[in-house]
Amino acid sequence: MTQTSEVTETAVDPGARVDDGRSARRPPRAGLLAAGLGIALVAALTAAVCLGSTDIAPGHVWSVVLQRLGGAPPRPGTDDLIVWQLRVPRALLAALAGAGLGLVGTATQAMVRNPLADPYLLGISNGASLGAVAAIVLGASAGDLLGLGLSAAAFAGALASFALVWCFARRGGGFSPLRLVLAGVGIGQFLSGFTSYLVLQAGDEQQTRSVLFWLMGSLGGATWSVLWLPAAAVGAGLLALQARARAMNALLMGDETAAGVGVDVTRLRRELFVVTGLLTGVLVAVSGAIGFVGLMVPHLCRLVIGGDHRRLLPLSALTGALLLVVVDVVCRTAMDSQELPVGVVTAMIGAPVLLFLLDRRMEAGR
Amino acid sequence: MTVEIEDLHVGYAGRDVVAGVRLMAAAGEIAGLVGPNGSGKSTVLRTVYRHLRPTAGRVLLTGTDLRTLTPGQTARQVAALPQERGSDFELTVHEVVAMGRTPYKRAFAGEDRADRECVAGALAAVGMAGQGARRFSALSGGERQRVLLARAFAQDPEVLVLDEPTNHLDVRHQVELLALLRAQRRTTLISLHDLNAAASLCDRLHVLHAGRVVASGAPRTVLTPQLLAEVFGVRAAVTAHPLTGDPLIAFDHREPLPAGDG
Repeated sequence: MTQTSEVTETAVDPGARVDDGRSARRPPRAGLLAAGLGIALVAALTAAVCLGSTDIAPGHVWSVVLQRLGGAPPRPGTDDLIVWQLRVPRALLAALAGAGLGLVGTATQAMVRNPLADPYLLGISNGASLGAVAAIVLGASAGDLLGLGLSAAAFAGALASFALVWCFARRGGGFSPLRLVLAGVGIGQFLSGFTSYLVLQAGDEQQTRSVLFWLMGSLGGATWSVLWLPAAAVGAGLLALQARARAMNALLMGDETAAGVGVDVTRLRRELFVVTGLLTGVLVAVSGAIGFVGLMVPHLCRLVIGGDHRRLLPLSALTGALLLVVVDVVCRTAMDSQELPVGVVTAMIGAPVLLFLLDRRMEAGR
Repeated sequence: MTVEIEDLHVGYAGRDVVAGVRLMAAAGEIAGLVGPNGSGKSTVLRTVYRHLRPTAGRVLLTGTDLRTLTPGQTARQVAALPQERGSDFELTVHEVVAMGRTPYKRAFAGEDRADRECVAGALAAVGMAGQGARRFSALSGGERQRVLLARAFAQDPEVLVLDEPTNHLDVRHQVELLALLRAQRRTTLISLHDLNAAASLCDRLHVLHAGRVVASGAPRTVLTPQLLAEVFGVRAAVTAHPLTGDPLIAFDHREPLPAGDG
């Protein structure tokens, strides 16, 4: 320390000037990281559109995309169909779902003050799954529903479970972490019981397959008409959470500390529950219950840039987007004959990563 | 700034934990709350930093009812050090102390130079200058408590509210922390288990027993063998400290008073 004289001066007045460069983890590092992740995301999106059953050169991909963005009419041929109608929406949906899951995971972990919490802990995804499975099994054939109809049923299910969890979580003291988790887990298990029952009732093998595929997460439903909803939800969610980033920081230290720095804790938790619940509902509706991203991404980001939500939220969104775009490429290209569900690959990557993190945490805590 | 608490009632699940408490801390004074476990000390303090809402009665900051202030306005005047000890979320010391700036910041505002200087100043005030980049969860208990105190200082409050701040600290760290508080000369409400520490630190003591204030005044007048027997159920002699002259309570650690005398 070189500022000894200044330190003595300020022993009584905390407002006094001390130029303590070491005390701040400077934002530029986070800015640099964000820029790097942004570039990587663009590269991954490009690769996602290039790779597939037929590979297309990056230059050609970008020329099609730029032409379309410029408003030009589509060039005749299959490239436009593959690039613009199939792969670009799918890559964008992967990015949006990943970004959304990263945000929701970060917010849920702060809301229940547990770094191992998962967005699906609050039961929303179980409701969405029940809605989707009910639509597939009870409704018309799966083929008709793979568009918006399935998403609508899933979102309706998400809203219903959100309302149920809300009613239980608000009782007695109101939205304490324990009540939120108990209500979420309890109602989630209750709903997934119905889901399992319906899966057993599925008429034919094709139905069962599409149900299972959906439950494990799928980006196959991506079309331009589906994209606006998750795009709007992720954008609004990021803004709403970023506005509360400081209060979320205070929440990490405890409810009393947060109250002491002027945070209305019950109200904040209620708001966070609304934001995460709705965003989770939208994400699950369009892409199924993709596991582990919401748990893993905030963790990874915290290890790299620390726990301050003002940086953690945008970086979790970027990292989640990048991760899911890459995972989806793997899902589409790993096997020649068939596509892997996204959730299978995120679990196969996510579970070992989680175990590694837990192990590290225990080592550190010893 | 003075703090006055008038006829305060606080209940959990229909049962009054605090029943008609009246106490005060004059401007610049350190007022101590002492009493056995469950006497309502923490509950009273929680209403001052607005973690709990009273069922009846008022908390006044120089005559202003706390309920007429927003949580943010309150937090610019009252900073608290609750018994919570933080969690494992990879926060740095700087980030923890910067939480004290929360009541001064708008939703999307970044950290400006004034905030950084305030955080650095608060760290310096607790003897942790230049340690902002360290991980909060890697600190020792004494360091942690000093950082949390710096967080309260960074709020630049008129009033400090501290709930058992010396718990779990070794005796040297206890003495350091109390010396820091003494040097601040801010209006302070503090709950303490250690009656000798309270007698030495506080200008005024309020003794709580079963949710009520049973004695108030200067430590010397309040801490009598009779009160210690009635409220705490122990036998003790009160003398003058040979080094400082403060009241010194010598407990009889061999046997509690027979039940019923307390």
